Amino acid sequence: MRHVDRRYAVVLAVAAVLTAAVVLAQAEVLASVLAGGWSAWWLVPVVVARAVVVWAVRLVTQRCASSVKASLRKRVLRDSCGSPGPAGSVTTLVVKGVDAVEPYFAGYLPQVAVAAVVPVAVVARLSFADLTSAVVVLVTLPLVPVFAALVGLHTRDRTRAQWAGLAVVGGHFLDVVRGLGTLKVFGRAAAQAATVRAMAGAHAAATMRTLRVAFLSALVLELVATLSVALVAVPVGLRLLHGGVTLQVALLVLLLAPEAYLPLRAAGSQFHASAEGLAVLESVAAVAAQAPATTATTQAPATVATQESATATTQAPATVATQESATATTQAPATVAAQESAAVTTHESAAVAAQASPPGGPPVSMLPGEGDKKAAESAACGQLGGRVAVAVRAPDARTAEIALERVVVRYPGRDAVGPVSLRVAAGERVGLVGPSGVGKSTVLAALMGFVTPAEGRVLVGGVDLREIDRESWLRQLAWVPQRPTLFPGTVGENIALGSSGDVRAAAAQMGLAHLVDAEHPLSSGERQRVALARALVRDDARVLLLDEPTSRLDGGTEEAVLRATRRLASGRTAVIVAHRPAVLGEVDRVVAFG
Amino acid sequence: MRRLVLAVAAGVAAELAGIGLMTTAVWLIVRAAGQPPLSALTVAIVTVRTLALARGGLRYAERLAGHSAVLRHLAEVRGRVYDALLRRPLAHGDALTRLVSDVDCAQDALLRCALPAAVAVVVGAVAVVATGFAWPLLVGLLLTGCVLPWLAFTFAARHLRALAPARAELAQRTVVLLDGAAELTAFGALDRELDATGRVVDALAERERRGGHVVAALAGLAVVVQFGVALALLRSGAPAHVVLGSIAVLEVVTPLTSAAQRWAEVRGSVGRVREALRAADVPVPHEELPVGRVGVVGPSGAGKSTFLRALAAAHPGVAKGVLDDAHVFHATAEANVRLARPGASREELDRVAALVDLDVPWDTVVGEDGEALSGGQRQRLLLARALLADPDVLLLDEPVEGLAVDHGDAVLRRVLDHARGTVVLVTHRLAPLVDFDRVVVFEDGRVTQEGTHAELVSAPGHYRDRWSTERMAGRSSAGTSTGDGSHSPSNGTNCVNVDEATGTPQRRSAVTAI
Repeated sequence: MRHVDRRYAVVLAVAAVLTAAVVLAQAEVLASVLAGGWSAWWLVPVVVARAVVVWAVRLVTQRCASSVKASLRKRVLRDSCGSPGPAGSVTTLVVKGVDAVEPYFAGYLPQVAVAAVVPVAVVARLSFADLTSAVVVLVTLPLVPVFAALVGLHTRDRTRAQWAGLAVVGGHFLDVVRGLGTLKVFGRAAAQAATVRAMAGAHAAATMRTLRVAFLSALVLELVATLSVALVAVPVGLRLLHGGVTLQVALLVLLLAPEAYLPLRAAGSQFHASAEGLAVLESVAAVAAQAPATTATTQAPATVATQESATATTQAPATVATQESATATTQAPATVAAQESAAVTTHESAAVAAQASPPGGPPVSMLPGEGDKKAAESAACGQLGGRVAVAVRAPDARTAEIALERVVVRYPGRDAVGPVSLRVAAGERVGLVGPSGVGKSTVLAALMGFVTPAEGRVLVGGVDLREIDRESWLRQLAWVPQRPTLFPGTVGENIALGSSGDVRAAAAQMGLAHLVDAEHPLSSGERQRVALARALVRDDARVLLLDEPTSRLDGGTEEAVLRATRRLASGRTAVIVAHRPAVLGEVDRVVAFG
Repeated sequence: MRRLVLAVAAGVAAELAGIGLMTTAVWLIVRAAGQPPLSALTVAIVTVRTLALARGGLRYAERLAGHSAVLRHLAEVRGRVYDALLRRPLAHGDALTRLVSDVDCAQDALLRCALPAAVAVVVGAVAVVATGFAWPLLVGLLLTGCVLPWLAFTFAARHLRALAPARAELAQRTVVLLDGAAELTAFGALDRELDATGRVVDALAERERRGGHVVAALAGLAVVVQFGVALALLRSGAPAHVVLGSIAVLEVVTPLTSAAQRWAEVRGSVGRVREALRAADVPVPHEELPVGRVGVVGPSGAGKSTFLRALAAAHPGVAKGVLDDAHVFHATAEANVRLARPGASREELDRVAALVDLDVPWDTVVGEDGEALSGGQRQRLLLARALLADPDVLLLDEPVEGLAVDHGDAVLRRVLDHARGTVVLVTHRLAPLVDFDRVVVFEDGRVTQEGTHAELVSAPGHYRDRWSTERMAGRSSAGTSTGDGSHSPSNGTNCVNVDEATGTPQRRSAVTAI
C-alpha cells in the first residue's frame, strides 16, 4: 500500500464502504422479499444502487490507473534520458511495460480495501441478526489468513527454490530461439529441437510441482468459505425447525455469510495478476535510482569522494539485473549525501532517500500527479542534471583555453578509454584522427561534460568542468554529432531546437532552404547539413565540436558539407573528429590517437 | 486435448457444487421454516455438507488440470515454433522476443478465455435444463454469456485500435528522445522535448480514460441483468432456491465479459503464432564462396554484416565463425565454446582459449547473452568458439571489437595465423588487411570497390580516405606502425600525449604527436 497517495486511499476507502453498504442492503432486501414480507419491486432500487457503485468504482480506479501510468511514463522518460543503456528496453518499459501496473492499481488495491471493510460490516450485521452465526463467521474468517500463512511458511523455501529454477528453465526457450542463428552456423540447430521439447516438458512438470503447493492456500480459503456456509446453514435450518429464528433472519444469515469470504478470495486471485505490475514498479524505481545518482555526484564538490562515486555510477553496467544496478548506484550518492548533508536541498534529500529504499522492496511512493511535480522541480535529466550546489559560471570561451589532463573514461563492459591529454587554445582549430574506438568521440563527450572522467580532469580556463554551471558552458558550444538525431517536426524546427536564431538564413547557408517546412525522411547528407545548420543558428556559440560522419556523402553534398564546415569553423575554437583527409585541410593542428 | 476436457469437467463440477450448495441450503432453510419432521431435511443436510467439502477440492483439481493442460500444450507449441523458425528464421531480434511472448500470451488466452467460456457454457446448459427452461434465466444467460461479452469484445477491439496510433507515436518519440538526449541537452532543448513527449503521454491517458467508461458500464450492466433475472423469476412465482440458484449461475457466466476483453487483446498474439507455425521454407540465398583471405570494409550499415550472414546461410557446415548476431547462451563458458564441436577434448578447448587469451574459467555461467562477461571477454569467447569449429571458411565480423586496440591486433593476428583456410574478415581497422588477397568495399548496400590493399590505396574512395587517416594515427603513435600493417603490440594503452606547447594558433596543418 506504500505506492498509494492519500487521495487514492480515501477514494478506495469510500468505494469499499459504499460496496459494503450495497452488499448489506442487497442481502437485506433479498431476504425480506424471499421470506414473503416485501414486494419484489424493492429489489429495483437496491440493484440500481449496486450497479451504480460497481460502475463508479470501476471508472474511478481505472482513471486513477491511467494517471499513475502517465506519471510513471513521464518519470521513466525523464530519468532515463542521459543515463547510459539501450533505448530498446526503456522504450518497451515506457510503451508496454507500464501497462502492467493497471491490474495492481485498478484491480488488486481496490479489492484489498473491500476485503478490509466488507467482512467487518458483514460480521457486524450478523451479530445483530443472529449472534451464533456471527461467531461462526468471526471464528472461521481469521482461519483463512492463518492457514494461508501456515501453508505459505511451510512451503516457502521449497516454492522459492522452485520458482528460481523455473525462471532458468522458462528463459531457456527465449535463449535458444535468440541463438538460433548461432546454432545454425555451427550445425547444432536440429540437435536442439529435441532439447527444446524436453526443456519445455521439464518446465511444465516443474511448474506443476510448484503450483500444486502454491494452490494449497487457495484450497484452504475455498474450503473455509464453503464449510462455514454449511456450518451456518445447517444449524440455522435446525433452529428454524423449532422456531428459534424467523425465516427472514435465516435467509439473511445464509446470504451474508459467503459475502464475508468473497472479497478475500477475489483479492487473492487479483494479487496473482498484479505481480507483474509490482515488478514493473520496481524497474521504474531502478531507472529513477540510476539517474539522480549521477546528478548528486555532479553536484558534489570535486573531492576524491565524488570522483569515486562518479566512477561507481558510470561503471554500473546497464545490463545487470535491475535490482543489482539499483544497489550499485544507491551506495554512491548515499555517501555523498552524508558528506554534504548541509548543502542538499529538500528535493535532493528526497531523491537520495528514495534511492536508499531497499532494492527488491516496494519502490518509491508512486502518486498520481506528484511524480510530475517532482520531475518538474528537478528540471533536469539524468546525469546532465540540475545543478544547484557549487556551480561556477563558465569562463568566456573566446579567451579560455580548454584542456584535458590525463583523462580516463570507463564505460560498462569495455576497456577504459585513455588516458588522453589535449590542449586547445582559444581560437585554435584541432583535428582528431585515429581508428574507431580509441576515444575520439569520448573527448567530445568529456568536453561537454556528458561523461565524467574516472581519472584526470577537464579544465576550461583553468577551472574544473565539474565545478562549472553546465548550462552556461553548453550555451557556448555548438556540437555536430556523427549521427545527428532528427526529432519529430519540420526541418526548420529541427534546426532551431529551441534557439531563437535565424533558422531560414542558416538553412539557406546549408542549402536546405527548400526543406525548412518539410518533415523527414531526409538523406544522410541532408541530416548532416541539418546538424551543421543547428550549430550555425547558435551564433553566440564560440566553440565548435564536430564529429565527422563516417559514411560517405555523394560528391556534391560532400563539397557542400565541407564548405559549411569551413564557414562554421572560421573564427571559432574548433575540435573536429576527422575521418577523411579533406577535412584536415581546414584545421591548424592534427592530433593522432591510437 | 484430453487434459483440457478434464480441466473443463473439473471446472463444471466445481461450479455446480457451488451452485448446488447455495440452492440446497436455501431449500433447506425455506423447507425448515414450514417445520416439517427432521427426517424430511436429512438428505438436504447431508448434501449441503458434502457439497461444501467437495467444492474446495474440485476447484483445486480444476486449477491444477487447467494449468497442466495449458503447460503441456505450451511445450508442444514451443517445439513447433522452434521447428518453424528453423524453416524460416526471423532476422529481427525484437520480432523473436515478441514471438516468444506471443506464444506465452496464446497459452494465457487458453487458460483465461477458452476454459472459462467452456465451463460457463456447460454450467449454463445444465442450469437451463434443471430449471425446466425458465425463460428469465435463459434470457439472462444469453445477455450475460453472449451479448455483454460481444459488446466488450467489440469495444475493446475498437479501443485498442484507437490507442494504437498514440502508442506508436509514444514509442517513436521515446526512441528519438533517448537517442537524441545528449544533443537536446547540448542545445538546451531537452525540457521542451520532454514536455512534448509528456503531452503525447497525456493524450494516451485521456484515450485510456475514455475506454474506461465502456468497461465500467458493462460491469454495471452485468449486475442489472443478474438481478433483473432474479426479479423476473420472483414475479413469475419461482421458489427461493431457484431465484438464488439462478443468481449463482449468472455469477459463473459474468467473467466471460472480461474474458472477451482479454481475447481482444491477445488475439493478435494468437494470430502471429499461427502464422509463424505456417511458415514455409525460405530459399537459401545464393552467395558465392570467396577464396583466400578477404577483407570487407565500409561504413556502418553498408551491408557488410548482411553479406557475412548470407555467406553463412548459403554454406551451412562450411562457413562458420563470429557473426554480428552471434549469441552467447545462458550456460557455462565451456558449453558455449564446446557447442562448435561437441566432441572436442579439454586440451583442444584449452588450446583455443590460449590462442585468444580467454581468461574466463570454463565453469563460469556467463549470464543471459553473456551479460556476466565484459565486452572483451564475450568477444574472445566467440572467437574461441569459432576457432574450435575450425571451418573451411572462417567468417569474422569485427572479431576484436571491445578489446584494447593493440591487444585486439595481437589476438586477431594469432587467429589469422591459426586459420587454415579461407577467411572473410569484416573490420573497421584496415591495418590487418594489408597482406590480404582481396578487399571488398561496401557502401549503401552494394560493393563499390574491390581489389588488393595496394590497388585500393592508389584509387580515390572510401578505402583510401580511411587508410590515410588511420595511417596518420598509426605513424604518429610512437612509430609502432611500420606501414605494412603489422602493428607491433606496444605499451598496451591508447595514451596520446599531445604537444603541450599551445602557443598561438598556426595557420598550417601539422601532425603532432609524441
